[in-house]
Amino acid sequence: MTAYILRRLAVAIPTLLLLIVFSFVLMEAAPGSPFDTERGVPPQVLANLEAKYGLDRPMIERMGTYIWNVVTRFDFGPSFTYTNRTVNDLIEQGFPITLTYGFWSFVVAVLVGGTLGIAAAVYHNSWLDYLAVGVSIGAQVLPNFVMAPILVLIFTLWLGWLPGGGWRGGQVEYLILPVIALSTSYMASIARLTRSSMLEVLNAGFIRTARAKGLPMRRVIFRHALKPALLPVISYLGPAFVGMITGSVVIDIFFSTGGIGQFFVSAALARDYSVIMGITILVGALTIFFNLVVDVLYAWIDPKIRY
Amino acid sequence: MFAQKTMAQTADMAGLPAGEKGRSLWQDARRRFVRNKAAMASLPILLLIVLFASFGQFLTPWSNEEVDWSLLGNVYTEGGPSWENRHYFGVDETGRDLYARVVQGSRISLMIGLIGALVAVVVGTTYGAIAGYIGGRTDQLMMRLVDVLMSIPYMFVLILLLVVFGRSMFMLFVGIGLISWLDMARIVRGQTLSLKNTEFVEAAVATGVSTPVIIFRHIVPNLLGVVIVYATLLVPSMIIFESFISFLGLGVQEPLTSWGALINQGADHMRYVGWMLGFPLLFFTVTLFALFFIGDGLRDALDPKDR
Amino acid sequence: MSLLSVDNLSVTFSTNDGPVRAVNGLSFALDPGEALAVVGESGSGKSQTAFAIMGLLAKNGRAEGSVRFEEQEILGLPERKMNKIRAEQIAMIFQDPMSSLNPYMRIGDQMTEVLTLHQGIGKKEARTEAARMLDAVKMPDAAARLSMYPHEFSGGMRQRIMIAMALLCRPKLLIADEPTTALDVTVQAQIMDLLAEIREEFDTALILITHDLGIVAEACERTIVLYGGRIMERGPTGALFEAPSHPYTLGLLQAVPRIDIDQEDLAAIPGEPPDMSRLPAGCPFAPRCPLKEPRCETVMPDLLPHDRLLRACHAEPGAVAA
Repeated sequence: MTAYILRRLAVAIPTLLLLIVFSFVLMEAAPGSPFDTERGVPPQVLANLEAKYGLDRPMIERMGTYIWNVVTRFDFGPSFTYTNRTVNDLIEQGFPITLTYGFWSFVVAVLVGGTLGIAAAVYHNSWLDYLAVGVSIGAQVLPNFVMAPILVLIFTLWLGWLPGGGWRGGQVEYLILPVIALSTSYMASIARLTRSSMLEVLNAGFIRTARAKGLPMRRVIFRHALKPALLPVISYLGPAFVGMITGSVVIDIFFSTGGIGQFFVSAALARDYSVIMGITILVGALTIFFNLVVDVLYAWIDPKIRY
Repeated sequence: MFAQKTMAQTADMAGLPAGEKGRSLWQDARRRFVRNKAAMASLPILLLIVLFASFGQFLTPWSNEEVDWSLLGNVYTEGGPSWENRHYFGVDETGRDLYARVVQGSRISLMIGLIGALVAVVVGTTYGAIAGYIGGRTDQLMMRLVDVLMSIPYMFVLILLLVVFGRSMFMLFVGIGLISWLDMARIVRGQTLSLKNTEFVEAAVATGVSTPVIIFRHIVPNLLGVVIVYATLLVPSMIIFESFISFLGLGVQEPLTSWGALINQGADHMRYVGWMLGFPLLFFTVTLFALFFIGDGLRDALDPKDR
Repeated sequence: MSLLSVDNLSVTFSTNDGPVRAVNGLSFALDPGEALAVVGESGSGKSQTAFAIMGLLAKNGRAEGSVRFEEQEILGLPERKMNKIRAEQIAMIFQDPMSSLNPYMRIGDQMTEVLTLHQGIGKKEARTEAARMLDAVKMPDAAARLSMYPHEFSGGMRQRIMIAMALLCRPKLLIADEPTTALDVTVQAQIMDLLAEIREEFDTALILITHDLGIVAEACERTIVLYGGRIMERGPTGALFEAPSHPYTLGLLQAVPRIDIDQEDLAAIPGEPPDMSRLPAGCPFAPRCPLKEPRCETVMPDLLPHDRLLRACHAEPGAVAA
């Protein structure tokens, strides 16, 4: 197992380095970048950058310094637009918020979607099954940027039950709409996936064996069918995670929750390269790490995988 | 003759008419597709939407750029859908005809969906077929690259690209093209691996047919079914993808527009009026529904083992 | 007292193309310790008969008639009571040992759960018992194998595990659905030998479902020949093999390669297995029967005695000759 994890890390780390190098080169090449000759940046920022990287040094050296700072101290350097704040300040402010509602969205998507899918498969062709199928088909056309306005329209403007934005330290009523908006389409996908894989497993020969042994249905489902039925769901968790972290940008913009997505978009509009880069690298590292966890989980569950 | 079957299959097979085996794959697929009510109902709807996007502008005296000065100051009170002033869908915040804007947005969104799928088909099929056919170390290397590209949060990278190289339709296409082929490459590779061991391919190898000829004359035509199915399902995901970026204001730029951009603008005003959000949302969801249903129908028809 | 008696059993599946009757008015009885072969081509309804007895029909299937086990009606028994019977009285093994074991569970866990769940035996004791049973089916190094996964075994070994698992609760009846079909020929013989030994040792009755007449002769005292969900002919295996009185049985026998007699050529039965959704009103074998008479298409012949056999055929027994 350790060897397997090490082998996966051997791929993950170069991937991340590649992402950093790619981002840095892009930033260097970008028009209007402080490393560009025609500078349009505030003098204070230039001074910050000068102190940090030494603008007159060759690009390779600057990139080395940047990577070194990132890898050893998670230091993403000064912002290009805020004169007195670093990228780390922004991340420290926004990331806990993103993490909070992202975590809950993930939990909701997996638990609700998984349960719905299992129930739909077990009660195949019942009203519950039709409900699950209906919900998951409907949710396909309701990505987060469509869900968000619809939710606000219903629960804020018509019913007046929940606030249509803000964060207030993450109180429950400020959390509900972002979580639903972010999780719905993933919940639906997970439900669909779980349902179809559970249906397939329930038709398998070994389920028939389990029933022929006189095991009660409950045990057949939870002891025999659940594990194999969840394998495809586990491999979907990686893409779902990427999707949700991407979706957090929409949530931050639409609900003004103040997460890193908000900084990301305003940085993108203001061409604050170091903020864009910092967030991209952070998110990339998270994603790569999460995929690693998912792979290890998968290998741990499936005895047929030799690692 | 004594085929091995599970109990469900036995019951299934017993129900099939005897002549079944004689029909060709495509006839069979068409019969299955025609039986799928949701997919069949979606076909004319999709056709109508395509017609709307192509010729819709001929039904209105307003162009998508013209500002109706008589409504500019009082859009909320006077700008709603009206037959009299020929603003069928009302006007947007700057007094432009929303009907004409939706026609224009539909055209761009559909085009992006199509081009994304097309790139995926060409690049993904070629890449996947080559990797799968050649196999060995080449395959491992090629698929590892796909894994790596899939494990980075492409939306962030794409936004980084859009910021560095400036937001333009061209960059949007490049960005979408860069990621859309990954899934297709994986699927095609998997199919190729199983095709590689079939008798007709082995026969071709034995008779000395060259590798490129085998790949493009023998393998690729047999992948057609799968490729069509996933290409159809890619169109809606590409549309969602573009709409996401445009929703953030980072996609298509004024005076161009797309469904995502229109939904974003509509959401800004939904606290006061509904039509600006309603009409783009309607077109967006109906199109996605239709495309998903057709894609699912095709999958059931062409890839029956996936049911 | 017979161990199992099946009376007028019918199995119907509701499909998109209307109801399909897989088994039609089947009756037979089985004594304790007896071995019965149910023979027929695929689609003859032989497997569905077994599933109906076990209460394991697919969801769209429905069984009618009567199945009594030790005088107790078990058809339509509530799931909880049926589970008790499945665990302790009637065990079943399946055609494909590759897919019949759960690939995600160690075989030890798969074997012991029956014991711990239904007999209240402790985990440790159950493992000892499982190891002993693996040993009984001639699994080398049995105790160490308990912590292995199914994919680490060969097909024949897996079928042995299946048999051991089926025997754990000492069932009175073992239903073996094509137990050797998916195995290599040499392994087939080993498994059949094992089944015979086991039957002796545990005094278990056996219903052997197969299309392979070759393995029937040695293994079973009596044989039922099914076609299109109906009994064509039944009786003592020896009598049936020596002097079949039904054209279908004859056809099946002629299709078996034999080394003990000179065969000019191996005769296949012409035509295809029946389409269960459109069976003729009369005898299901009529479309392929060399002795077909006009009434065969409309009237199903009754199952009537001839010699030591029961046969359902309009043709004179003398007309059926090798």
